[in-house]
Amino acid sequence: MKSVSLALHEFRFAQKVFWRNPASVFFTALLPVLFLLIFATIFGNDTIDELGGVKVTTYYIPAIVTLAVISATMVNLAMNVTIAREEGLLKRGRGTPLPPWVFIAGRVGNAIVISAIMLVVVTLIGKLLYDAPIPWERLPAVAVTLVVGAAAFCCLGLAITVIIPSREAASAITNAITLPLYFLSGIFIPENEIPEGVLSFANHFPVRDFFQAFFTAYSPNTTGAGFEWGELGVVAIWGLAGFLIALRYFRWTPRS
Amino acid sequence: MAEPVISIRGLRKSYDELEAVRGIDLDVLPREIFAVLGPNGAGKTTTVEILEGYRDRDGGEVSVLGVDPARPTPAWRERIGIVLQETTLEPALTVRESLQQYAGYYREPREVEEVIGLVGLEDQADSRARKLSGGQKRRLDVGIALVGDPDLLFLDEPTTGFDPSARRQAWEMVAGLRDLGKTVLLTTHYMEEAQVLADRVAIISEGRIVALDTPENLGDRRQLPTTITFTVPAGTGLGDLEGIGQTLSQTGGEDGRIEISISTHDPVENLNRITAWALETGLEIGQLEVRRPSLEDVYLGLTDA
Repeated sequence: MKSVSLALHEFRFAQKVFWRNPASVFFTALLPVLFLLIFATIFGNDTIDELGGVKVTTYYIPAIVTLAVISATMVNLAMNVTIAREEGLLKRGRGTPLPPWVFIAGRVGNAIVISAIMLVVVTLIGKLLYDAPIPWERLPAVAVTLVVGAAAFCCLGLAITVIIPSREAASAITNAITLPLYFLSGIFIPENEIPEGVLSFANHFPVRDFFQAFFTAYSPNTTGAGFEWGELGVVAIWGLAGFLIALRYFRWTPRS
Repeated sequence: MAEPVISIRGLRKSYDELEAVRGIDLDVLPREIFAVLGPNGAGKTTTVEILEGYRDRDGGEVSVLGVDPARPTPAWRERIGIVLQETTLEPALTVRESLQQYAGYYREPREVEEVIGLVGLEDQADSRARKLSGGQKRRLDVGIALVGDPDLLFLDEPTTGFDPSARRQAWEMVAGLRDLGKTVLLTTHYMEEAQVLADRVAIISEGRIVALDTPENLGDRRQLPTTITFTVPAGTGLGDLEGIGQTLSQTGGEDGRIEISISTHDPVENLNRITAWALETGLEIGQLEVRRPSLEDVYLGLTDA
């Protein structure tokens, strides 16, 4: 009980710190919305025959939700936990009675809440500006995909801190991991424009699987509950691998 | 005698080939402000980080508040406060929020408002940490270490890089901790800081303690000779002063005056002879100075080796 209230205490401060950091707010909250507006403006009136004639704007809603969740979880944690480590904040936290997992839990909780907010914002913008349908009947699949994906990408974010040597390198390494995967996985470019070989390569990485799970949950052509258990399984396995790497190699003290 | 708060016997630590700590023995008593003084790379931070539970040791016995810091427990962490060598603050939080955050980690924290007063940040309580001056940041750092109401406080180089006025303010604050009944272990490479703040000082050099005493007695300062210096006009015969001190050195000073330096264990007797001699011969002596060995002389003598 004490630990739960401590985790909430940490979460509250993680929220404050997040919303007061202009870089966090821009890259996590505003940039995904900007991407949506830009892509929708460029490709807005097209339809994708390969996906049952779905509108490109409708395609981009789950794509940008995927990007926004990955930004709020993996990118956000890889950057901000690395900076906290290099600034000595993690080391200082270890010198207090606070259990280490609570320290991480507050930040992971913050990332998951931001993810949920972004999902709602992007979905609402899609509805209001582009008449992209809100998938009310597949809400459980959307929620499960969000929770599994956000948790997995949080673990991957913590794992990435292991390979980031300094705060200067944090942004470069994180972008080098995410940007190519966004392109290859059909987040930035509709997947009918991407060669089959590239897509099957991207299938080895969790961004593509996470997007496919969201796409099925959002697509108006989906029949049934919209759960992509296979894709979610792949995402979860990646998350577990990240969890184990972080558990084994995570550092609390500055590296540089 | 009271149980020591910190007890160290034969502490050793190496990094690869480098022996950072080479057998340190030390006791820190309750309510004592104890300074570990030494140049950069002497092993100060390594020693303190072993005591704080951040580093493991290669050899020796260590007890901090009755616990081996190699196996820290949350209950033990409740009782210690740590200020790291580098200032570590969350720049986006205000002074008050930073203290509230850390206060939440402890069972019986001090009142946040009281801590703000202790570190003298009343006027900055609602300023974000990023807006504070270097000295104010460091005081918030100390406030964070105090908010859990620890029995023992570690301060690793609390004033490095400060301007003199910020250093004075920090010293007043640390001196104020004495009234709270805290035990403080402080590291520094400023002799003056150790002299002003500490009840006892250990000088460490190359991983060993080379002197340990009160600032007053350190390095047998009372046994060291006093230096008397003065100048006399050029061409003065010095026959009457032969052999009065341990050393009699002469150098050419300004305007061709002769600068004389005498090192003596009996300054009263010698001063009397010098002034009597000057009055008898009608000599005008200038820039007369009597100087006891400073802690700095002792420190440099001990750590230069």
